Amino acid sequence: AAMSAVLLLLRALRAARPQPRPQPRPRAGPSARGLRTAAPRRAFAKELFLGTLRKEEVFPYPEISNEELAEINQFVGPVEKFFNEEVDSKKIDQDAKIPPETLQGLKDLGLFGMQIPEEYGGLGLSNTMYARLGEITSLDGSIAVTLAAHQAIGLKGILIAGTEEQKAKYLPRLASGEHIAAFCLTEPGSGSDAASIQTRATLSEDGKHFLLNGSKVWISNGGLASIFTVFARTEVVDKDGQVKDKITAFIVERDFGGVTHGKPEDKLGIRGSNTCEVHFENTKVPIENVIGEVGGGFKVAMNILNSGRFSMGSASAGMIKKLIELTSEYACTRKQFNKKLSQFGLIQEKFCLMAVKAYVMESMAYLTAGMMDRPGFPDCSVEAAMVKVFSSEGAWACVSEALQILGGLGYMKDYPYERYLRDTRILLIFEASTSIPLSLQTAGTNEILRMYIALTGMQHAGKILTDKIKAIKKGNVGVALGEFLTRLQDSLGRKVDLGLVGDHGVVHPSLQDNAKKLEENVYYFGTTVRGLLSRFGKTIVEEQLVLKRVADVVINLYAMTAAISRASRSISIGLRNHDHEV
Amino acid sequence: MAALRVLVGVKRVIDFAVKVRVAPGGGAVQTQGVKHSLNPFCEIALEEAVRLREAGTASEVIAASLGTKASQETLRTALAMGADRAVLAELGEGAAAGPREVATALAGLVRKLQPQVVLLGKQAIDDDCNQTGQLLAAMLDWPQGTFASRVQLEAGHVLVEREVDGGLETLRLRLPAVLTADLRLNEPRYATLPNIMKAKKKPLEVIPAAELGVPAGPPRLKVLQVQEPPPRAGGEKVESVESLVGKLRHAGRI
Repeated sequence: AAMSAVLLLLRALRAARPQPRPQPRPRAGPSARGLRTAAPRRAFAKELFLGTLRKEEVFPYPEISNEELAEINQFVGPVEKFFNEEVDSKKIDQDAKIPPETLQGLKDLGLFGMQIPEEYGGLGLSNTMYARLGEITSLDGSIAVTLAAHQAIGLKGILIAGTEEQKAKYLPRLASGEHIAAFCLTEPGSGSDAASIQTRATLSEDGKHFLLNGSKVWISNGGLASIFTVFARTEVVDKDGQVKDKITAFIVERDFGGVTHGKPEDKLGIRGSNTCEVHFENTKVPIENVIGEVGGGFKVAMNILNSGRFSMGSASAGMIKKLIELTSEYACTRKQFNKKLSQFGLIQEKFCLMAVKAYVMESMAYLTAGMMDRPGFPDCSVEAAMVKVFSSEGAWACVSEALQILGGLGYMKDYPYERYLRDTRILLIFEASTSIPLSLQTAGTNEILRMYIALTGMQHAGKILTDKIKAIKKGNVGVALGEFLTRLQDSLGRKVDLGLVGDHGVVHPSLQDNAKKLEENVYYFGTTVRGLLSRFGKTIVEEQLVLKRVADVVINLYAMTAAISRASRSISIGLRNHDHEV
Repeated sequence: MAALRVLVGVKRVIDFAVKVRVAPGGGAVQTQGVKHSLNPFCEIALEEAVRLREAGTASEVIAASLGTKASQETLRTALAMGADRAVLAELGEGAAAGPREVATALAGLVRKLQPQVVLLGKQAIDDDCNQTGQLLAAMLDWPQGTFASRVQLEAGHVLVEREVDGGLETLRLRLPAVLTADLRLNEPRYATLPNIMKAKKKPLEVIPAAELGVPAGPPRLKVLQVQEPPPRAGGEKVESVESLVGKLRHAGRI
């Protein structure tokens, strides 16, 4: 009797409840978008923290035009050929140096200006195409890092935040490789905590230039570069007249004087990539060389790092695919106990792991690249971070398994596996500085990204939920009822339907079960996040163990989404071997 | 040298690095989904032509191919390597495209474009026929310099150093002439990505093969069966020359 009373109450409440209407806070609807020049897109990942799956962002899986496809295919051939014929990875690793002829060959191929627009002499590739070529350059870790340090971060500042004059002055010779670029942020005392750098730039008496003083450490291409993107503290006068220390980004030419570099570091892996200290002593930097605004350097740094991160996904996938190729030949020919290795379950498991990881990494990387290629400057920083964490750790695990398949041979320097292992280890470490609240005391690097992923998402969720609470407090009955009903339904066990399957579903019917699981996971993730926020409030920032699990969950959710989206597309367009993907 | 036009024939073949497999049915080699690229000897021929133009000896390099729509990819690579324009003599799927058909198409193009030199690869790595250049020269009644390992143009003549079984042979041929390139003629350049982008703007003309006189219809040569070579059986070491001779005689080899 009590049960039916509750049900009656529910029914009454539901009837009384006003029709679901848009959030109280202003949203960029279709009409509003026309008024704004750059509507901030509520990208995909942050919404996951609310238990919402914005399917329009990820379904259908991004397509590229036939023209672009033909172009990419044309590019892949010569690059692959070059890497197969002209790149001696073993020698590069042994000598800890990329031979000048090889470097010149890379420049001639055009690989130093992949994302620089055509008008400045580059190839003007989209993120998707850049990711595709990243699959090939990753065949040699040292070359991949040299190229990435040059263009994904070294000159990226000029590309995304530079003035027309700066672009016209520097980009052409950077595109041809005549000048190589380097990104100078890290200092002996500031690694993960990028905001604590000590290098200083003081404005001269005549206000025409800055004097740069300081030391940077572990700078890739530090010994080769002639153009540096340097981050330093500058005194800035606030709007209220207060003098503050803020970070500014500068384009520094070696020719400005006072720029010296140390000897190349002797590293575990990517030994052919030049890494060294770079010192600036009273280097004169003209004020025209400030990137963005004085005092706006931190944001520039974060934007640079965020924009290049996703390509690690495709680079790792490319490398794993190569490893699968190499190891499967061995596994199919080597016999022990009168059976081919490939017939043993544990060996098959390793291949399974590699194949799955490579597939998901690819899916995530290209999904993110596709999202970033859409017009409107979408903010995909969280997605890119997720791709990076998943790919770097996946790559490490897969390389280890690949080496294992070869057994003792894998351990020998005659085979490339130990080099891949050493080269891959850095992926979990570098490219991870990101904007985290200063109060965070952290060590390590993918660790940082996990915190970033979790906190950014929870911050977003927190804001929305706070707004809802405010609305309730203001007496918005509709919202209050909505929340109450939701919670009630949750505790009674609800059926989750986020629109992935069914008549209007975006997922192919064969993937129904997987999609349903994803929906449920997303929904309950949202509930969990809500619970965490109400339990911890602002102190969630300190709870690293909790945040780590949150990050892991959402990374997996993104991975699931990417894989399902891609597989769905493959079936829908009848791609060959789509049944393997399913 | 005024207006010396070079016509280069290129063929789209299965990439040399691919492990070739027999297609189900045993009548052909698996081509579906397999990586294709420009025939290496054609690449060498093209490189030679581009070098002639860069040296100022030739004025224009035209790349041509007989094939289906897919050959456009190959012609784009040729353009990226330095050809000025390209022509595709288009065939339908399954139509004959052996040396005879290719030579006919090229002869038709020669009449249209009036080159002074036709440069071809000595053979294609899929069928290894080594006939097209020779057939073409006969059709046009032009002198031929095959297996060229060095090419030097003079006024009205071309000096060709050929690799033959006995060593090297040098010929002086009157222009116009047909030359086929051998391995040591040169080392082809990489098509750089900026050049590939520039190649998009270069003209690529498509002509139906029939217009050039290529007979339509299936190949006159029918492939009955394709099979993989038998796996290598173990060898045997012998102690002396006599026992070697004895074993060979026993196996019916001598």
